Amino acid sequence: MKIHQISLFIENKPGHIAAPARLLAEAGVDIRALYLADTQQYGILLFIVSDWEKAEKTLEAHGYVVKVTDVLAIIVTDRPGGLADVLGALDGTGLNIEYMYAFSDVRGDEAILIFRFADTDAAIASLQAAGVKLMTSKELLKN
Amino acid sequence: MNSTMESESNVATIHPASEPDYLPVAELRKLQLQRLQAVVTRAWQHVKLFRSRMDERGLSPEDVRSLDDIQKLPFTKKVDLRDTYPFGLIASPMEDVVRLHVSSGTTGKPIVVAYTKQDLDVWTSVAMRCLAGCGLHRGDIIQIAYGYGLFTGGLGAHYGAEALGATVVPASAGKADRQIMLMKDFGVTAMCCTPSYFLHLIECAESMGLDMKDLPIRAGIFGAEPWTDSMRKHIEKKSGIEAFDIYGLSEIIGPGVGCECRQHDGLHIFEDHFYPEVIDPETGETQPDGSEGELVLTTLNKQAMPMIRYRTRDITRILPGVCACGRTLRRIDRIGRRSDDMIIVRGINIFPSQVETALLAVEGTLPHYQIVLTREHGLDKMEVRVEVTAQMFTDKIGALQSLHDKLQGALDRVLGIRVRISLVEANTIERSEGKAKRVIDRRSL
Repeated sequence: MKIHQISLFIENKPGHIAAPARLLAEAGVDIRALYLADTQQYGILLFIVSDWEKAEKTLEAHGYVVKVTDVLAIIVTDRPGGLADVLGALDGTGLNIEYMYAFSDVRGDEAILIFRFADTDAAIASLQAAGVKLMTSKELLKN
Repeated sequence: MNSTMESESNVATIHPASEPDYLPVAELRKLQLQRLQAVVTRAWQHVKLFRSRMDERGLSPEDVRSLDDIQKLPFTKKVDLRDTYPFGLIASPMEDVVRLHVSSGTTGKPIVVAYTKQDLDVWTSVAMRCLAGCGLHRGDIIQIAYGYGLFTGGLGAHYGAEALGATVVPASAGKADRQIMLMKDFGVTAMCCTPSYFLHLIECAESMGLDMKDLPIRAGIFGAEPWTDSMRKHIEKKSGIEAFDIYGLSEIIGPGVGCECRQHDGLHIFEDHFYPEVIDPETGETQPDGSEGELVLTTLNKQAMPMIRYRTRDITRILPGVCACGRTLRRIDRIGRRSDDMIIVRGINIFPSQVETALLAVEGTLPHYQIVLTREHGLDKMEVRVEVTAQMFTDKIGALQSLHDKLQGALDRVLGIRVRISLVEANTIERSEGKAKRVIDRRSL
């Protein structure tokens, strides 16, 4: 159920997002999702990639400080109210969300939400008990 | 409309405060020896650290029979003030201490300096002699734009100017617009501040549509940071004033250890109170007059905190020959550099090791960091660039922000001035031979 997410510290300057993306491309790593949390000075670049180990190795070899974190992916039906249903179920669990981001799956009628919980294992148990469907990393990364 | 220095005859007349500046050399040396013997005895009797160092060398105060015997005495270093913080070097009963000032040490710990009533009187008298030597007197209106408070700059200049009989405007540092308004409205004739701050005031005046040359100000007494002759020329040309270099350090007394006279040919050291030597900073050997080295000062009659052979870390030389002004006081060259890594930001002493202490306190490990100094509008800006290490890094932006805030808090506390903190990517601070260059100084003097 756990998805490995790659995070990078970057300075908020022109070219600082492109550089790691290019390194991943050169290493043949596919970027499935990308999110940037930033302040005026710096940011954290979050990636979900086809091969997180290769991505981590590649980026570290180029001097980046990389962190691998477990996140959870939830599928939401791409229809009005789909997101509200999932968030409603989450509300009931009392889980502490560190952050989240969303992207839509171009191949189907589904949107994917990525959640970073404070306690991933507790989140898996609560979400499954609440009937929320969690994606496996295989499902998320399928071509 | 700058008024010329009163009348030329006044320049030739010795201000009463300046009389000790002209003591016959033989008399001055005799006075220095008497005072040296007394201060060594005092420190030996009351300061444990000094006594133990004398004991180690098999020395007692009776071994000081000539001024040259000072070379036998142990040095005092800044670290000694830190290690004995707060009152370990005080040679007076605490009830006789009437003032404490604080300056920065080489690590997070500050250093404290103490004064008895008599010490304050000496300080006031030397500060007054500085100003008198610059041609100032009763009738002048002197604005003090050094910081008032724990820093010795403001109060030191203040009491000297007041004792001179001048009208004192205790503006303290900052608020340039108000400084200029005061200068203009009060007809201020002299300013005491850092040279970089005065440059800023010149620019501010310009932006307010004022030409400093049209104001009555005719002299600036600038110190607390190194500056060059080209900066002096620039200031004098832009503002029409005469710029003087003043020297001092809290450990010795504060501003007023030495000052230029109107010859602008080195800074006279008030030798009846502060005995100067220049040593080779590596070997500790005393250098002959004229040779460059580290300035070492001994306070000849300080009560609360006698400093015996205090290593200033300032590199200079004692100028040979006598000054055209007729003072018998020896002169040192203007200070251009230091023998340690201390940097001076807005008049405040800062050591890179203080930054390390603060970073260590927050993270427990020492990331690569770099101090970048710039000067904007005449004011020094200090940026501390900190590389984000794997240990510090987290995927949560809020956690990084709180790290940033913690670093800010720790550095502000340790340094006592506001710095800008930049978190930068790992391995982006240039390293030479594997070691990061700690200080990049982009300020042009």
